[in-house]
Amino acid sequence: MDALSEAFRLIITLDSDLFEILWLSIRVSVTALVISAVIALPLGTWLAITRFPGRKFCILLLNALMGIPPVVVGLIVYLLLSRSGPLGWLGLLYTPSAMIIAQVVLITPIIAALSNQVIEHLHQEYRDTFYSMGITGRRAVAAYMVDARYALTTCILAGFGRAIAEVGAVIIVGGNIDHLTRVMTTAIALETSKGNLTLALALGAVLLTLSLLVNALVIGIREYAAKRQYA
Amino acid sequence: MKRFFTCVALAFSAHTHADTIIVQSTTSTQNSGLYEYLLPLVERDTGVQANVVAVGTGQAIKNAMRCDGDVLLVHARPAEEKFVADGYGDYRRDLMYNDFVIIGPKADPANLAQASDVVDAMQRIQQAGAKFASRGDDSGTHKKERTLWQAASVDPTEGSGQWYLETGSGMGATLNTGVSLGAYVLTDRATWIAFANKQDGTLLFEGDSSLFNQYGVIPVSPDKCPNVNREAAETFAQWLLSETGQAAIAGYRVDGKQLFFPNAK
Repeated sequence: MDALSEAFRLIITLDSDLFEILWLSIRVSVTALVISAVIALPLGTWLAITRFPGRKFCILLLNALMGIPPVVVGLIVYLLLSRSGPLGWLGLLYTPSAMIIAQVVLITPIIAALSNQVIEHLHQEYRDTFYSMGITGRRAVAAYMVDARYALTTCILAGFGRAIAEVGAVIIVGGNIDHLTRVMTTAIALETSKGNLTLALALGAVLLTLSLLVNALVIGIREYAAKRQYA
Repeated sequence: MKRFFTCVALAFSAHTHADTIIVQSTTSTQNSGLYEYLLPLVERDTGVQANVVAVGTGQAIKNAMRCDGDVLLVHARPAEEKFVADGYGDYRRDLMYNDFVIIGPKADPANLAQASDVVDAMQRIQQAGAKFASRGDDSGTHKKERTLWQAASVDPTEGSGQWYLETGSGMGATLNTGVSLGAYVLTDRATWIAFANKQDGTLLFEGDSSLFNQYGVIPVSPDKCPNVNREAAETFAQWLLSETGQAAIAGYRVDGKQLFFPNAK
């Protein structure tokens, strides 16, 4: 109860630190989501409708990568971006960009694997129609994605959920630096370690509220669009 | 591909200017709130913006050896001196000190209140089979704890998972675990004073001279790491070691108590 009233107080007093951290969380995760979606949706779709040797293995790999621990992704990205690592010259370690890269690596397999499943179902239904209409290759990928757009939003939301909620990867590559790379989840970890459990829980409540709002927004848009389409 | 990454880098690194440095630091200085108080003063006086990555001392040193920091601020003198001897830092200076204390449940099952010195205290914990939560993460505090067990001729790892609990986490997380389990914990005094989830935990042993906790500061050497911002790192370190910086450190208080005692020479 204390935590809820603390969360409420932080929000209504427009606590500037809170909003800075919240805004960075949104910026990082939404950017990661957009990049991942651009890669993963066509990839998942393409894997569902083409046939080549090793395709099953690719799908298996994507599904397995869904379970990769964020801290492992963080470690790999850290070693790549470290000043003594192969991409060290970019100077990206301990910046929001590093956090975005880690989240892209983390959620691209999720969105790709889930969208692959959605499109595979659709493909069984549409295969013959598309074939007879001569829709293949890039056009087929686009057609499937447009047709399955509502189901695909759920895949995207799953990716967003994972990105906004994870702490293991961003704390390693971002460093949880105050006013630079501190996001909601790393702030929660820090407050917990300071023993400020009420504040930590309050931040958790704020993060949950954000997640609720984003999901409501996306599902709202989807319902609205679906209604207009069939009206 | 290279061009893409450069674009991404430019898009997001606009706010990192010439006077920004990364400080690889121990956790106690962050968990106790010292940086929130100190860093704005540093920026006001010198224009240097210090970004602090707070991890255990062991990890901080390893990160700095990978050139991922411009300044090292930790508390494990032998490891720090090795860091300098290996050429990763040009010099190491004493910055400030406080001390370690042992906290535990009010009931004090190992009767630390009667302990004559810290060696006796450690032996009492082991003999009573009382729970002890260890950092277990090669941090400065963990290194200190291991030397204390050694001095007490006790190998706690034999009781690992039974009475000796290695959390592998930071100071605050270990305190959370220890307090919840009614375990003894070796902690630096600053983190304990600032810690807000004490519950039944209380300070049970303090004052032995071997519990002295010295913090040191080392600018990372450009010879090993050409990318470091040496000039700003030097400015930052010299400010901390200056009279102004030392006075500022002495002025930081939580609940009216001074947490760190400056002793730069």
